[in-house]
Amino acid sequence: MFKRLGDTADTLTIEIDGKSVRARSGDTVAAAMLANGIDHCRTTPVTGAPRAPYCLMGVCFECLVMIDGVGSRQGCLVPVRDGMRVETQQGKREAGR
Amino acid sequence: MAASDYDVAVVGGGLVGAATAWGLAREGCRVALLDEGDRAVRASRGNFALVWVQSKGLGLAAYAGWTVRSSNAWADFAATLKEETGLDVCFQRPGGFHLALSERELEARATTLKRLHNQPGIVDYKTEILDHSQVAKMLPDIGREVVGASYCPLDGHVNSLRLFRTLHTAIHARGVKYLPSHRVENIVREEGEFRLTTTQGEVRAGRVALAAGNANMRLAPMVGLEAPMKPERGQIVVTERLRPFLHHPVVTLRQTDEGTVMIGDSKEESLDPTGLTLGVSATEAERAVRQFPLLANVNVVRTWSAIRVMTQDGFPIYDESETHPGAFVLCCHSGVTLAANHALTVAPMIARGALDKTLVAPFSARRFHVQEAG
Repeated sequence: MFKRLGDTADTLTIEIDGKSVRARSGDTVAAAMLANGIDHCRTTPVTGAPRAPYCLMGVCFECLVMIDGVGSRQGCLVPVRDGMRVETQQGKREAGR
Repeated sequence: MAASDYDVAVVGGGLVGAATAWGLAREGCRVALLDEGDRAVRASRGNFALVWVQSKGLGLAAYAGWTVRSSNAWADFAATLKEETGLDVCFQRPGGFHLALSERELEARATTLKRLHNQPGIVDYKTEILDHSQVAKMLPDIGREVVGASYCPLDGHVNSLRLFRTLHTAIHARGVKYLPSHRVENIVREEGEFRLTTTQGEVRAGRVALAAGNANMRLAPMVGLEAPMKPERGQIVVTERLRPFLHHPVVTLRQTDEGTVMIGDSKEESLDPTGLTLGVSATEAERAVRQFPLLANVNVVRTWSAIRVMTQDGFPIYDESETHPGAFVLCCHSGVTLAANHALTVAPMIARGALDKTLVAPFSARRFHVQEAG
């Protein structure tokens, strides 16, 4: 769905739901997920409806994901790091994760 | 008696007033429920939603029995509301805990409960002191700092916002006339009926029941009653929705049916419900994490402060006026816990026109006039 404008930045590797994917230095987690064609990053705690990153500026909280074992992080505010583990979040968050 | 507009005017549209209005309507009364506007101080929207028994009654044994009566009536009360409205208030009574984070706290807890149970005429509500390992069997996620707890099998909780909505749906269905933005300025008894002056005109009723929380302090003297109140502020911290991990309410912390965790039982003298003391929220959160370490990195989504309805000695007041026959006052801190009593026991008394002294005599405000030894 989304296409990169150019191919200049450094490439690094992150893991999304156990699968290695490529991202660019400077991407946010949300941007990296969109660039990799991931159509939803979580399902809601109330109805289980799928949700994707939306505002990309820290306001809407639609892009919540689990990052390195910590749930409900805002993917659009966290820059990717090489080796980062990202997991989509299903429904209510589990306390302690 | 004049042909009043209503049999009973209930003043106060919170949990106490709504439960009473519903109970009166079930008795066949024509009821008006007078409420303030949107900017009123609404204790019913800020409460913690426990249906709580343990600790109640130290200093007034009858309060323990009164609380147990409501706790025991709650399941049927909730079921009847569901039948009438289709709404589930999510009442659960799995038993509740009061956690201690030090030996000293646990000893203080045990002493309090011993003094409570040593009172003459006390109902035994089977509270026991448990050590860490006994608590951990029912609350597996407690932290190492929890040395023990008191546990009472009668303790429970409810979704109080849904209770509020359900009661209002139920009274509407039963024909109660809800009158918002009708702040009561004055009440007089003339020609055998009560005339209530409000910001939107006069309302006439054969009887009047004051259920306006802390505002009863202002209203009760208009009909020869008194309601000595001592409001205080409490603060609550609310987390994001989490998968169920806590299957029993703790007096300071509970997981709602919807997954959020509510934390807090602070007490402050400030009466400003729009302010928030950050240090109080921080202390509540810090103790919560010591009690349940898995909460350490969950997100807080809301904090709020609210004004507690509190009588001067903490016990309920139920009274009827000698100078203004047909006027009643209901004051209590625990509008959720006692909702079943207000609907099923007190409202029928008001419908009959007289309080049943065998049940509520200990809760008369006359107790505030004990003469000092001279």
